[in-house]
Amino acid sequence: MNEFLQQYVFSYLDTKGLTPGGAGNIFWATVYILLVFGGLSVAVIAMNWLERKILAHMQVRLGPMRVGPHGLLQPIADAIKLLLKEDIIPAEADKIIFWIAPFIVVLAAFTVFVVVPFGPTHAITDMNIGILFMLGVSSLSVLGIVTAGWASNSHYPLIGALRSSAQMVSYEVAMGLAVVSAIMMTSLETGTGTLSMIGIVQAQQAQGVWFVFKFFPLGLIAFGMFAIAMVAETNRAPFDLPEAESELTAGFHTEYSGFRWSLFFLAEYSAMIAVSSIAVTLWLGGWLRPFPGVHGPSIAIPHIWPPADPAAPTGALDFVFALCPGISFLLLGAMCFYNVQRMPKHPLFKIQTMGLAGFGAVLGLIGLIMFLPPVRDRVEDIFWFSAKVAGFMYLYIWYRGTFPRYRFDQLMKVGWKVLLPTGLALLILTAIVGMHADLWAQITGGGQ
Amino acid sequence: MDSLLHITTLHYLVLGAALFLLGVIGVLTRRNVVIVLMSIELILNAVNLNLVAFSRYWQGIHGPGALHGQVFAIFVITDAAAEAAVGLGILIAFFRNKETVNVDEVNLLKW
Amino acid sequence: MNPVVTNPPITNPPVATPFFFYLLAATMIIGGILVITRKNAIHSAMALITALLAQAGLYLMLYAPFVAGVQIILYAGGIMVLFLFVIMLINLERNMKERQFNKQWLVGIVAAAALGGLFITVYTTATRGKPLFPEGRVIYADGQNTQAIAALLFDRSTGQYMFAFEIASLLLLVAIIGAVVMAKKRI
Repeated sequence: MNEFLQQYVFSYLDTKGLTPGGAGNIFWATVYILLVFGGLSVAVIAMNWLERKILAHMQVRLGPMRVGPHGLLQPIADAIKLLLKEDIIPAEADKIIFWIAPFIVVLAAFTVFVVVPFGPTHAITDMNIGILFMLGVSSLSVLGIVTAGWASNSHYPLIGALRSSAQMVSYEVAMGLAVVSAIMMTSLETGTGTLSMIGIVQAQQAQGVWFVFKFFPLGLIAFGMFAIAMVAETNRAPFDLPEAESELTAGFHTEYSGFRWSLFFLAEYSAMIAVSSIAVTLWLGGWLRPFPGVHGPSIAIPHIWPPADPAAPTGALDFVFALCPGISFLLLGAMCFYNVQRMPKHPLFKIQTMGLAGFGAVLGLIGLIMFLPPVRDRVEDIFWFSAKVAGFMYLYIWYRGTFPRYRFDQLMKVGWKVLLPTGLALLILTAIVGMHADLWAQITGGGQ
Repeated sequence: MDSLLHITTLHYLVLGAALFLLGVIGVLTRRNVVIVLMSIELILNAVNLNLVAFSRYWQGIHGPGALHGQVFAIFVITDAAAEAAVGLGILIAFFRNKETVNVDEVNLLKW
Repeated sequence: MNPVVTNPPITNPPVATPFFFYLLAATMIIGGILVITRKNAIHSAMALITALLAQAGLYLMLYAPFVAGVQIILYAGGIMVLFLFVIMLINLERNMKERQFNKQWLVGIVAAAALGGLFITVYTTATRGKPLFPEGRVIYADGQNTQAIAALLFDRSTGQYMFAFEIASLLLLVAIIGAVVMAKKRI
């Protein structure tokens, strides 16, 4: 048994330079799948807490404070409540379709993560059609929403489902155009473009610049278009008319209660993380650190720098950015300890204070571990990717707290009359500029 | 048993033939026009499966770039989309006039 | 900027091919049977979606990832959404309570049986003992599949399907105009 397991674990060394799926290594592909989906579930739970706290702070109130220290255990209380609720099915509803619809949406939202790259070999697999697969599978959630609205056999869910699906289909067009103009930029250095997610980030690494800064302002406009379209695609504010509580009594998931509703909620947050991953991979350089082309002078500190891999860059700027994971976790731990010191000194708060102090200690410990050279080299890619996706999550919550809602006809007008022509013009301009990149460099005075 | 376990081109062709048969039965025997249209989509999918299976076989003989079957399959999918859109448009126009979706009652030109 | 397609022969062979083939084939056959026998048109549509997704899996097994991606986006994510909307638009409750098979169902079954007999005859006796598709061919990986299809479609030196591509776009334009005109209440 022991050497059986050892043979599987050490097969990881045979997959150097390839993802587990690409190398055909089923054991490690399964391990990666479990890691990604476990991390996704933790991220959804964290998003729940973050959304309530950040929205509350933006509205000058405190948010959940009771359940754990500063409401940290609130998502767990929510999950227990949802699991224990009564499961209601409307009287004339089509039972089979009513049962299947949440699963379609969850399936579409979770299967997307098979190709999301956390590092040059840290993806479950690297398909040749990575970005096409992600766009296609995320468009399958429209089916789940339409069937959910239909199977509820009631007016509000049906109208909400039709509006939601019309909105998602319209903004998929804008997303597709923005994605194509980014894919065109991958073919500039080598003459052959690529649709694979890892290939797109490697193209940005070869050209030494994130695509959002490429052919300024074309990359920036494409990124902005995708950022707007992805908010509309996931039915989030300010495009959340189909599920707004004041308009349609929660839209297509009105008749769903308890565990089924939590599936829709899980799928919505997973879809948010998925489209943010697309935006990060295509425009923000995926796992690359900021300024990937600038390395600085080569320095050497004994036992700490340069890293063990002989092909890794050894500049001073690389060293500074390599310290960022550890520093960020230490900052989070410091924030926890600051709040511990601000807690009331009443004896009833003793357990909460100890809990928060323990949480802060765990974060600080993780930060210290991330300074060790072997951990630091492996974790760097995953950290930068996750930090960028976390930035997008903050943007989503910021939009929800700031913008008023779009009316449905305004929403469709923006999708078809503003984003679509902009996307087409952007596509043509990017193609022309890409064919004559040297001319563009002359015009913009040495830029990229 | 070995011929069942080792998957060759013939396995894909037999599967395509079975799907084609199911689609033909659906087209010829169902009364609801929408289900007839969905059976037509089944037929087109069976044809696509044949094309892609043969493309794999052809690629083995004529080198890695000989993907003619896959290109043909992409065109068939495009055509299926166009045909489904127009067919459903016709269906909606017919339904607006006669309030029924039965194939038996599409008989305005019958003598 | 000449795309050179350099698929190397496969080094790590695929795993568990018969299991996945039979699983996907069974899914497709069962989905097909459900499509042609269900009373409720929405159940038929869901069965067809399952069959189409299983077909995309079969395309992946045949090392055609681009066709699989196109199938998921266009067929399962586009055409079936269209079908679902139309079914919801014209759904009649009384239609589900009437009989499901039309007046000439017996003739239809006989014709389908004749077609099935033709298939069986062709596949078992056409080659008179020699294998139908001789094995022993080289198996190529799919690392450059999209680029190879693009070379066939667009490349100046190896592209043969550029004209067909343009005709297909014209066909889609005609289909869009036709569908809009057909479904309008007043032209």
